Amino acid sequence: MLNDFKTAFMPNWCPGCGDFGIWGSLKNALVEKGWGPTDFCMVYGIGCHGHMVNFLKSYAIETLHGRPIPVAQGIRLANHKLPVVIVAGDGDTFGEGTNHLVHIARRNVQATMIVHDNQVYGLTTGQTAPTAQKGFKTKSTPSGVLEDPVNPVAIALAAGATFVARGFAGDIPGLTKLIVQALSHKGFAFVDVFQPCVTFNHVNTYAWYREHIYSLGAEHDVTNRASAFEKALEWGPRVPTGIFYQVEKPTYEDQTPQLIKEVLVEQTLPPQNLTSLMEELV
Amino acid sequence: MAELTSLHIKVGGEAGFGIMASGLLLVRTFSRGGLKAITINDYPSLIRGGHNVILVKVANHDIFATDDIADILIALNRETIDLHKNEMTAGGAVVFDPESFSVVTTDFPKAVTLVPVPLMRLAKEQQGDVLMRNTVALGATLALIDYDFSFLESVIRDQFGRKGEEVVTKNVNLARAGYDFVKKNFPQGYPRKLGPQPVKPKQMVLTGNEAVGLGAVAAGMKFFAAYPMTPINGLLYYLAGIAEKTGFVYKQPEDEISGINMAIGASFAGARSMVATSGGGFCLMTEGVSLAGMIEQPVVVIYGQRPGPATGLPTWTTQGDLHFVLNASQGEFPRLVLAPGDMEEAYYLTGIAFNLAEKYQTPTFVLVDKYICESYFSVDLAKMQNPVKIERGKLLKPEEQAQEMELKRYLLTDDGISPRPLPIPGNKGGIFHANSDEHDEYGYSIEEAHLTKAMIEKRMKKMAEAQKEVPDATLYGEADAEHTLVGWGSTKGVVLEAMRQLTEAGQGKLVNYLHIAWVNPFPVESVKRILSSAKHIIDIEGNHNSPMADWILLKTGIAIKDRINKYDGRPFFPAEIITEISKFK
Repeated sequence: MLNDFKTAFMPNWCPGCGDFGIWGSLKNALVEKGWGPTDFCMVYGIGCHGHMVNFLKSYAIETLHGRPIPVAQGIRLANHKLPVVIVAGDGDTFGEGTNHLVHIARRNVQATMIVHDNQVYGLTTGQTAPTAQKGFKTKSTPSGVLEDPVNPVAIALAAGATFVARGFAGDIPGLTKLIVQALSHKGFAFVDVFQPCVTFNHVNTYAWYREHIYSLGAEHDVTNRASAFEKALEWGPRVPTGIFYQVEKPTYEDQTPQLIKEVLVEQTLPPQNLTSLMEELV
Repeated sequence: MAELTSLHIKVGGEAGFGIMASGLLLVRTFSRGGLKAITINDYPSLIRGGHNVILVKVANHDIFATDDIADILIALNRETIDLHKNEMTAGGAVVFDPESFSVVTTDFPKAVTLVPVPLMRLAKEQQGDVLMRNTVALGATLALIDYDFSFLESVIRDQFGRKGEEVVTKNVNLARAGYDFVKKNFPQGYPRKLGPQPVKPKQMVLTGNEAVGLGAVAAGMKFFAAYPMTPINGLLYYLAGIAEKTGFVYKQPEDEISGINMAIGASFAGARSMVATSGGGFCLMTEGVSLAGMIEQPVVVIYGQRPGPATGLPTWTTQGDLHFVLNASQGEFPRLVLAPGDMEEAYYLTGIAFNLAEKYQTPTFVLVDKYICESYFSVDLAKMQNPVKIERGKLLKPEEQAQEMELKRYLLTDDGISPRPLPIPGNKGGIFHANSDEHDEYGYSIEEAHLTKAMIEKRMKKMAEAQKEVPDATLYGEADAEHTLVGWGSTKGVVLEAMRQLTEAGQGKLVNYLHIAWVNPFPVESVKRILSSAKHIIDIEGNHNSPMADWILLKTGIAIKDRINKYDGRPFFPAEIITEISKFK
């Protein structure tokens, strides 16, 4: 039930913020999966999105800026029966934490990652983000951004993510479906979400996205990494959304022998072999 | 034939030629004969090339440190002679291969005996290669001091057993060739002997890295993350090697930032978690340590000091980072710091660190250094037979956690400690948020003044609570000594050895030693009491700025003027401590 996730706090995002669409889609997806607040763990970064910790009732850890990914991996290794959902911003993911993204992707740790990609830093009141388009004017780039933007989908693909998708916060039914698919994926699922920032980004608005995005059709082969890359490089006049790539590979947890019998936190401590470990050093 | 109480054997050669491994074989060989042995190594930050040297000290009594001298020098190259000739004691012996380079007695300032052994030729006769000269040299050395060959043979058997009988036999034969050569050609041997002891208690030979690793395993550590860095690599290799059969996870992260955050995540899920690093890596961990402080997540940090600033002397030793560990990270939160002085302390304090971390739900440090981490010591197995009892602090049972849908995980209590569910999360009910923002009792973000104040006070109360369980600091030696040395960490062993030598020389009342192993919380009362009645206090630290003297001043109000500092990357040696003390009249 949607209401199960309700807390005593109402979102303090700006009216019209794309975060509402992601929040709503995520809750819809959780309900569709049949998960209640105790069935999974949320891991947040820092940014406007991170305030969701107060508006979504569930086990949760709000980490530091850029660090939700390693925290999520620690949770998974200690308790691999517990589904983990990472909610992070574009600064978390492509500024402070790019290194972590690359490594969770190649490890294929099972976690769903939903990136709030609004091309701007909202919480710190409007500086450029790594995903900002070249020329975009912000408080920290008054004459316009000089760099090319990072390409989230291409980075995730290059790093070896086994599920790579892009959604749009203005399409709640579509995003809900995408998140359900991500939550159901066995392995690391990466979802970059276009999220209009109504206060600081007056270029990439709801209208701009509606005009530019299109859904990848059935003709796109999601198991073909090369064509996924080709689609990832499309930026204008039209920008694709949907699942770019999805394959199944063994997860990091599956390949860790210590986890086969039972989850780590349920194993007894201390170990039984302490005496023999000491004897080995005689 | 004179009896000898201790013997220093130095093995030197080019890096990459198994110098360190030779030292370990020797230490085990002596330990199995009931003797005490330790090593310290000096090596450059290189994989091959450069000069490596390992010093083995063996004695028929407890030993805590070595002096930088050599009674027997095993020189695998000429450079070893040039670099270490001044360390040779009078009457010492030099084992070398005359077919590789030449050595004459006049190379040395003191009278030494040359023991030319054709190491390479003997190795080749046993189908050995250049790397196996060392084994021949070890056999030769044991013959010189007339030590029972069977101990070396048993060590070789255990060392190479996994590689099959052929490899074992070959290595035993190599050592035997060196042994027989010396017996035949130098029947008089080294003039003084140090033979196996009649009573041979079972002894482990281990480094501080391994002692810490065993302590963690005994404490039920379930998750360990460490990015490679000297001097904690030995801990990483040891734990990575036993993880699967012991039932914990070791993960090499992409960087130390990830390492500490992974450990926090694993701890959040309920696993006893640990990271290990050195100064540079800890710089990257500091924000994570603060996160653990804020969300009250237990995590143990093993901190192996090496000289900085920056990359510094990567493979050498220091005690330079005390202030950093005590002050790192944003904000005010409790942190606990323990500093083991020897192998037993490394083992037991690591176990205690896990208990403290969980009881006070806060980051806890074990502060060691390259000297402790990488030196081998023989330790009676019996001394490590009582692992620290596991205490996980105030816990909620799953049924207690499930009573309410939302849990006051950060409940304001008198002692600041809030009962926590275990394992978390994944239980039915008892939801909470671990929030890096300031938060209320449930973990929801808050900014109200009164609640902010209450939460900071709650967390800091835990420090006051931890203060209650600090054991008294230990004073070693005679209470009324002329000088009281105060030190911490690995300095302990060296000072105790200096005191042993002084006692042997009839000067047992010259020096006593106050050892600080619990740094924070600090043993305020016992240190105050001991220092107030001391005749003359000298602070001794392996650093330039004497941070422990600062800390003692802060904690006790006692200012220590006289100091002995060493900051050249080398550990203290007992002889130089004795010299330094003699300067204070």
